[in-house]
Amino acid sequence: MAAATASQTIGPYWHLLEDKSWADLTRFGAVGERIVVEGRMRDGDDAPVTDACVEIWQTSPEAEDFPGFGRCATDAEGWFRFTTLKPGPVGGNGNALQAPHLALTIFARGIMIGLRSRIYFAGEALNATDPLLCAIEDAERRASLIAEATVPGVWRRDIRLQGGVAGAPETVFLDL
Amino acid sequence: MSTADRDTTPFRPYAPGTQPPNDAPSYRSTGKRHPGAALVALPHTVTERQGPRFDPRRFPPLLDLSTACGGKALGERIIVSGRVTDEDGRAVARTMIEIWQANASGRYDHPGDQHDAPLDPAFHGAGRVFTDDEGWYQFTTIKPGSYPWRNHHNAWRPNHIHYSYFGPGFATRLITQMYFPGDPLLELDPIFLSIPDRTARERLIARFDLETTAPEWALGYRFDVVLRGRGATPMEG
Repeated sequence: MAAATASQTIGPYWHLLEDKSWADLTRFGAVGERIVVEGRMRDGDDAPVTDACVEIWQTSPEAEDFPGFGRCATDAEGWFRFTTLKPGPVGGNGNALQAPHLALTIFARGIMIGLRSRIYFAGEALNATDPLLCAIEDAERRASLIAEATVPGVWRRDIRLQGGVAGAPETVFLDL
Repeated sequence: MSTADRDTTPFRPYAPGTQPPNDAPSYRSTGKRHPGAALVALPHTVTERQGPRFDPRRFPPLLDLSTACGGKALGERIIVSGRVTDEDGRAVARTMIEIWQANASGRYDHPGDQHDAPLDPAFHGAGRVFTDDEGWYQFTTIKPGSYPWRNHHNAWRPNHIHYSYFGPGFATRLITQMYFPGDPLLELDPIFLSIPDRTARERLIARFDLETTAPEWALGYRFDVVLRGRGATPMEG
């Protein structure tokens, strides 16, 4: 049988697909704890990444009219911003329980195959036992997956595609 | 979202050599955008095994890119069809496919594209199609032109159509490009050539298809895509 088809870059003109409303996962009327998840994306030169496609996916909460999927373009300063519902814990493999998280994919010019990551939320007790977070021994690297609340209801997690001279750690990317 | 079709088997890893590396020096833009650290292996959980579902009632299909604003787009009209299956040959049914491309002159209807080639008021270049129960899809468009880019001296992208696939899980998400047979630019294109395995590379080239060619109307091209299959080489869990 044939292997999975090869990936290619999304390129700089993917915005032809863009519907800005997709950044709001509550747009169909889903009810729950509404939050904003935002961040700024930079490259290995510390330059903002201004043409990326950021996609999030969450299996929790299972709410009516909640698509669980969102897409957002980074803006001229590298910011992305989603409105969604706060996820709850999700069952893991075996008896494990996963801490609340969003799955993340980043596509952009210069990225050949989508970069996968996750966004966790600071202050969640389950972060201490989450299987993925526990598998990352370096505390600074682990912290690159965790969003912090800047004001109530607004969570920020910056993304660094590549560790660089400016010192901020590279975001942990995942091999799925 | 329905819960009935939620298979919980993990997807299998990519076959060696079939995917491009993110560090691909001949494609200059990868230089500061590829991770330096090794990726962290994540056994698939419910998050990766499930994926978004798109209801055509909320995401209406747009099957004909060859007309816009009441006009007919300039260029060579083509019909592109194909089948989406998984690595076991099973149909990927009712999955959403997104399509975008340059016009016949090699210009995108996008503010970032400043190539000195004309825009076409009758062509926008974005579409959406769903596969049927057997995994088949079809849409109509015009053949996109090639265009210069600044990767290296006298660099030109081969004619291509961009595709976005979702498939059954978060882990099956795929962005790729479809190329055209006989294009001399393919053997010079760092993006196409970044795929190590020649067979995997050549599967991105559509083939001319007389069967779907519509007499007195449009040439047919066939482009089949394979998404990751589930579980033949099981990972943990």
